Amino acid sequence: MDVALFVSCLADQFYPRSAVAAVRVLEHLGCRVHFPAGQTGCGQPMFNNGFRRDARALAERMIRVFAPFERVVTPSGSCAAMIREHYAHLFDGDEQRAAHARALASRTREFCEFLVHDLRVDLRALGASWGLPDGRPRRVTWHFSCHLRGLGMTDEPARLLGQIAGVEPVPLERAEVCCGFGGTFATKQPEISGHMARDKAACLRATGAGVCVSGEPGCTMNLAGTCRRAGDGIEFLSPAEAIAASLGLMGDAPAERAAGAREGA
Amino acid sequence: MKGRAGPHPLDVPLPHDLRAAAGRASRDVALQQFVGGATLHKDRGRRETCRRAFGERYDALRRHAGAIKQHTLDHLDAYLERFIARARESGAIVHAAATAAQANEVCLAVARRHGCRLCVKSKSMVTEETGLLAALETAGVETVETDLGEFILQLDGDAPSHIVTPMIHKDRAAVGRAFARELGVAYTDDPRRLTMIAREHLREKYRRADLGVSGGNFLVADTGSVVLCTNEGNGRFCTGVPRVHVAMVGIEKLVPSMEHLTVFLKLLARSGTAQPLTVYTQVITGPRRPDEDDGPDEVHIILVDNGRTGLLRAESRELLRCIRCGACLNACPVYRTIGGHAYGSVYSGPIGAVITPALRGLRDFAALPHASSLCGACFEACPVHIDIPRHLTRLRAQIVEQRIAGWRERAGMRLWGLALRTAWTYRLAAWAQRLVLRRLARRVGRRSRDSARADAAHRPGAWIHAGPGPLRAWTQERDFPAPAARSFRQWWARERGHARAPRRDIPGQRGTPA
Repeated sequence: MDVALFVSCLADQFYPRSAVAAVRVLEHLGCRVHFPAGQTGCGQPMFNNGFRRDARALAERMIRVFAPFERVVTPSGSCAAMIREHYAHLFDGDEQRAAHARALASRTREFCEFLVHDLRVDLRALGASWGLPDGRPRRVTWHFSCHLRGLGMTDEPARLLGQIAGVEPVPLERAEVCCGFGGTFATKQPEISGHMARDKAACLRATGAGVCVSGEPGCTMNLAGTCRRAGDGIEFLSPAEAIAASLGLMGDAPAERAAGAREGA
Repeated sequence: MKGRAGPHPLDVPLPHDLRAAAGRASRDVALQQFVGGATLHKDRGRRETCRRAFGERYDALRRHAGAIKQHTLDHLDAYLERFIARARESGAIVHAAATAAQANEVCLAVARRHGCRLCVKSKSMVTEETGLLAALETAGVETVETDLGEFILQLDGDAPSHIVTPMIHKDRAAVGRAFARELGVAYTDDPRRLTMIAREHLREKYRRADLGVSGGNFLVADTGSVVLCTNEGNGRFCTGVPRVHVAMVGIEKLVPSMEHLTVFLKLLARSGTAQPLTVYTQVITGPRRPDEDDGPDEVHIILVDNGRTGLLRAESRELLRCIRCGACLNACPVYRTIGGHAYGSVYSGPIGAVITPALRGLRDFAALPHASSLCGACFEACPVHIDIPRHLTRLRAQIVEQRIAGWRERAGMRLWGLALRTAWTYRLAAWAQRLVLRRLARRVGRRSRDSARADAAHRPGAWIHAGPGPLRAWTQERDFPAPAARSFRQWWARERGHARAPRRDIPGQRGTPA
């Protein structure tokens, strides 16, 4: 299957490894991955802050850039939600453009969603394994990003993690509560956002897991920064990175060393 | 009854400075504990109760309830006419009030005509909105809040901070102190004994009261009834004992018929307090009939507009579906952090963040639509399926259109938007951002003692501890990561873009400069 990768500006600049992992996993699963070079951002910050005109311009650009592709896959959940939930509304009253927006929305998938619902992947059958080097299971927890609600997703990332041998999924207390990122919310209301993030970090700490899988670069930025400020050594990986590692696609991975060292300590 | 002197918690300077209020609230450990604990408990209770009762049909039921309300609002004029006609047939006296002041004036006129001196009042959000209690007291009518939570707040000169659980921000020690101070009883913080003290105090008031004031959870158009859902039984005393009952109700509370009412009764208490039904559900249709033993001689229904018809415009009409169950407050992590008073208005939480700017002016409450991470928990909890996040972003767009947003924000966001318009401006902006942030991180990174250890555990390798300018608000609370040395698109261009030998390294993995 031909798949266009929409990397998202945040993953492109801050978490390129997660996008590389997505490419490797998709190719491993038999997809031909394309990266349309004209892509930039989805316009989510503009939309969320009320700059509709700017968001509209970027939506039109996205629609144009990804028009030739049957499937658009992105490792960023909130960008997928932006395209799926809001693009059509940006063109209320302009039926032709709205139809194009709906068409892109119907072809766009979040990475885990694509694996579970389109490819119907069973990682067990692929021999995915991600235990610690000494043979003990790797304790992995999972952050429920709020965009999953908008995408109608429930536990797809957790289901995939559960299919990896050697992974012991650790449930997260108050998993459904927002981590406090919310885009510019984090800088417009830093006190509230920081409080929410510390609350989430405390729940992460309580799991005792060495790795937290987070499918949204924004949440990752917020939570990793909060954990680092608190001196917590938990590692944040995207689902693609965890899956790529379990399939032996990432080569040298300091992630594994660090997580192993922490759990071994 | 006189409350504690001092400023009223909701008497905030305008425009409302939410960030200052939120800063204070988020440092208030006691508040965190009371509000955080109670809301988490209630939110969990709601989900469990609704799942047990409705299973897979929960979502369909929420949509159904939303559709009934929406239909009623779409034909509000017709249903209001029907309600008024039926209520009059039942013997009730119906008034319409366009503003808060008018609503209070109607109630005062009734009190004056009957020479009322003592009013017992049950819990009602619309009377909070109009400030009825203060109006009655100023007019010389002693007024007693009889809902236990409201009673305590009245003793303390405090304001409700939650639609359903008004004193969610207080603990029993605070209640004990207020009782000892205002009622002259010995201090106790035993909830049972506090309840008995309040009950004894209130019984005496009910006996002597000549005016009863209530709100109304629903108005049934077909029968002209006011429906009251309460838990403590105080509502029945307020509406049944005094010879005059005044019900003040917002016009959006209409439902077409008793059959439709049942849908909302299924959802209201489950959503608000995780109960199958409230302990008392009263349907009040007119005053006491000649063959009945008790009930008031006169029932007045004051239908309050106070800005609601302004919300009837197509894009905001959905907001009037709200049945004031408080589920969105309990589900909201922002409300949970800052409590109700920080919103600076009677209606707090997610629904308050969208209706307060609409009712009291966007300019004065422009911070409220931004008091949300848009996580969607409110939408998921709402029993009448109000898409609150959509309204939050709609109001944010109005803030931009009406130029309420500051020039710095407008300029910054426009610039960011422009940078994303073409691939080459994107690359240019990304290059500049990478240069600045990585330099910044290197400079601050050296000062960090634990960087060697932490860097091994966190990619990308460098972090900013104390950022300048726009980064300051972020780094006040947490570290900010520097961008990776090479972007994904650079990796792709090298690895896939040209027919070169593939490189083995992965950007962000080694943290080596490009």
